[in-house]
Amino acid sequence: MIPELGHFALIVALLLALAQGILPIVGAQRGNAAFMAVARPAAQGQFVFVLFAFGCLAYSFLTHDFSVENVARNSYSQLPAIYRFTATWGSHEGSLLLWALILAVWTTAVTVFSRHLPEDMAARVIGVMGLISSGFLAFLLATSNPFLRLVPAAAEGNDMNPLLQDPGMVLHPPMLYMGYVGFSVAFAFAIAALLSGRLDAAWARWSRPWTTVAWTFLTIGIALGSWWAYYELGWGGWWFWDPTENASFMPWLAGTALIHSLAVTEKRGAFKSWTVLLAIAAFSLSLLGTFLVRSGVLSSVHAFATDPARGVFILGFLGVVIGGSLLLYAWRAPQLAAGGGFGWFSRESLLLANNAFLIAALGAVLLGTLYPLFMDALNLGKISVGPPYFNAVFIPLITPALFLAGVGPLVRWKQASLPELAIRLKWAFAVALVSAALLPLTLDGMNFMASLGLFLALWIVFTVATGFIDRLKHGAGSLAARLKALPRAFWGMQLAHFGLALAVTGATVVSNYESERDVRMNIGDHVELAGYTFTFQGATPVPGPNYQAMRGRVEVSRDGKRLDVLQPEKRVYHASGMPMTEAAIDYGLWRDIYVSLGEPLAGGAWSVRVYHKPFVGWLWLGALFLALGGGLAASDRRYRIAFKKETQQAGLAEAAQGQRA
Amino acid sequence: MKRFIPFIVFVVLAVFFYVGLSLNPREVPSPFIGKPAPAFSLPVVGEPGRSFGPEQMRGKVWLLNVWAPWCVACRQEHGFLMQLARSGAVPIVGLNWKDKDREAEVLLAQVGNPYFVVADDLDGRVGIDYGVTGTPETYVIDREGIVRLKHISPITPEVWKAKFEPLLKELGV
Repeated sequence: MIPELGHFALIVALLLALAQGILPIVGAQRGNAAFMAVARPAAQGQFVFVLFAFGCLAYSFLTHDFSVENVARNSYSQLPAIYRFTATWGSHEGSLLLWALILAVWTTAVTVFSRHLPEDMAARVIGVMGLISSGFLAFLLATSNPFLRLVPAAAEGNDMNPLLQDPGMVLHPPMLYMGYVGFSVAFAFAIAALLSGRLDAAWARWSRPWTTVAWTFLTIGIALGSWWAYYELGWGGWWFWDPTENASFMPWLAGTALIHSLAVTEKRGAFKSWTVLLAIAAFSLSLLGTFLVRSGVLSSVHAFATDPARGVFILGFLGVVIGGSLLLYAWRAPQLAAGGGFGWFSRESLLLANNAFLIAALGAVLLGTLYPLFMDALNLGKISVGPPYFNAVFIPLITPALFLAGVGPLVRWKQASLPELAIRLKWAFAVALVSAALLPLTLDGMNFMASLGLFLALWIVFTVATGFIDRLKHGAGSLAARLKALPRAFWGMQLAHFGLALAVTGATVVSNYESERDVRMNIGDHVELAGYTFTFQGATPVPGPNYQAMRGRVEVSRDGKRLDVLQPEKRVYHASGMPMTEAAIDYGLWRDIYVSLGEPLAGGAWSVRVYHKPFVGWLWLGALFLALGGGLAASDRRYRIAFKKETQQAGLAEAAQGQRA
Repeated sequence: MKRFIPFIVFVVLAVFFYVGLSLNPREVPSPFIGKPAPAFSLPVVGEPGRSFGPEQMRGKVWLLNVWAPWCVACRQEHGFLMQLARSGAVPIVGLNWKDKDREAEVLLAQVGNPYFVVADDLDGRVGIDYGVTGTPETYVIDREGIVRLKHISPITPEVWKAKFEPLLKELGV
């Protein structure tokens, strides 16, 4: 009964989404207030029904209803409760339902925080989101119904993919989807602006906080995914350039470019058509990511059961959404007035250059991701494109963007002086360059890649510091008071750039200076790595709730002093028979010690992999700063004031209307 | 025309995606295609004492369908296999793969048995010989005992029309 209620709720949600998508947009074109007024209640109603459907599916998982095909395929009687809940979105159908739910959450947020918008703008934005939602709900109902029954019911489930039975997977997909789907708001604003023909600074100001919040979630989602891959896959890698990773990284690059381009459009009225295009691109790439992962067009470690009928549906949907919005753009583009002019050396020109590099890097990632598909489609053979390609093209393209991340914030709008800036930054530049060249020499000799990465990181740190010094020189009160007086937007930008420097440091050091050994170890054997001694003390069987594990004990010591005992596991899951590696990690600010069990060998011996990973934690620390910066920038005072003031006005207007009535 | 560039780029990509949908990136040609089907001798489910091996099918074109009672995806193709069995077009041999709970006989009695005979591969050894990566998988084996096709994932009427029918016609079925 519960699954049928969920199914019914989805149908109602689709009808509401259609009403939300069609009536307000028609109303806005014709100036019909009654039609426009449908937007908010329809969106909020849709949210309630999608949430209800999601609840029904979660209930079926939690209560082991193996008569639901989705549950039978993805759950298991002994699966712990928390994973039974996350299994709700572990399948294709469930993850689409989560997509629809998160879209409904964002739409509802727009209905609440859009009272300061002109009524027709709000109606169009909510309407566009309704159309997107209709597409996804129709897709769910037509090809991917999560509530399908299995007759006769299965006695036992197939279990959730063991790779996904992990604390990191509890939060990674929701965060990633919050980011993906969050770009739909910036997209809806851009489409609404194109429809109305009013692309001005106000449109950019409205879009900015939404874009930044979505970008922040996406950053957290990607970082969690990378951390999960690091400790769960047992190889100590943190980025594989896998198609699914790229699918989340491309919208992130587009979103990063969009954030910077929106700043110019808001402050200077320039780059309008470029910004609109980026808003369309960021969301289109999110949709494309969904298509790539869900359709089976590309093979990836994230393989879900794939089905060509689904692929055709998503592709058709992509065609309507992306193709339609790009045609709308082409139609309206001539009406986009050029904004304020700017000199060849100004913050505008540097942001434009930064955008160009980000988009070029994005293009390189897109090409590498789709290249196997191009070759296969043209019948030129089956090939795969691996990390060497991505590293070779991505690093040169992102390097200038990182350099500009340092300079940009210190350059004035409209017209700046290059000689003046050069004098101001000569010491920062010189110190960064010399330290970066010398640091690798103290380790193991010349290393160009290490020097390059360290230079960029130091350069960003020094320029961030310069930015603070410039701001703090003037102003009254104590240093603490002056720091507090700095706007959150400034803090946000600087913290995010600082986070970038941390992540670049982490990536550079770990890629150039990590070391590993893969050895056969008998009980009592030692192995030395980077000054640490690892002693294998054997492995013992340990039962888990739905798996059987062998837990090894590896003692880590340095200079005869015991530091830690690591307990990596090798698990075999009952239902699927799949073996899984659980690495054990001794975390540190300066290095991680990482041990994973390979295969059992004769006589109680095991093949054991040990890794020394210097600075690897800085990657995720950097992501944390990026997210913190995004959060601060999105909560800047001017957005809060604008929201408060205009809500009050709206409140007053309503009160006045109420009195009149 | 500059303003149409993004649209044109998208259209080109979309065409590639459309073509890509009909390709399967995971479909690496099986090394067994064109080779004799690996021999085996396994007990037959529901008929204690009888054993089955591929040599018994010499002179016939037949399907080897790898399935398991615990496999949910196999239930998807079960209806189609029943239809196929009723049409009598081609005999289907089931390979009951890693059925540790011994449920095959009861389940087939419950939902219907499309198989000519079901061989019992309890420990999955024969599956390994055939390079089985998961259930369901279906092999087409010709009159000389040569593997002609391997299909991974459930057989749907569309898959049947596109992949199996042309081959069976060529083999004279």
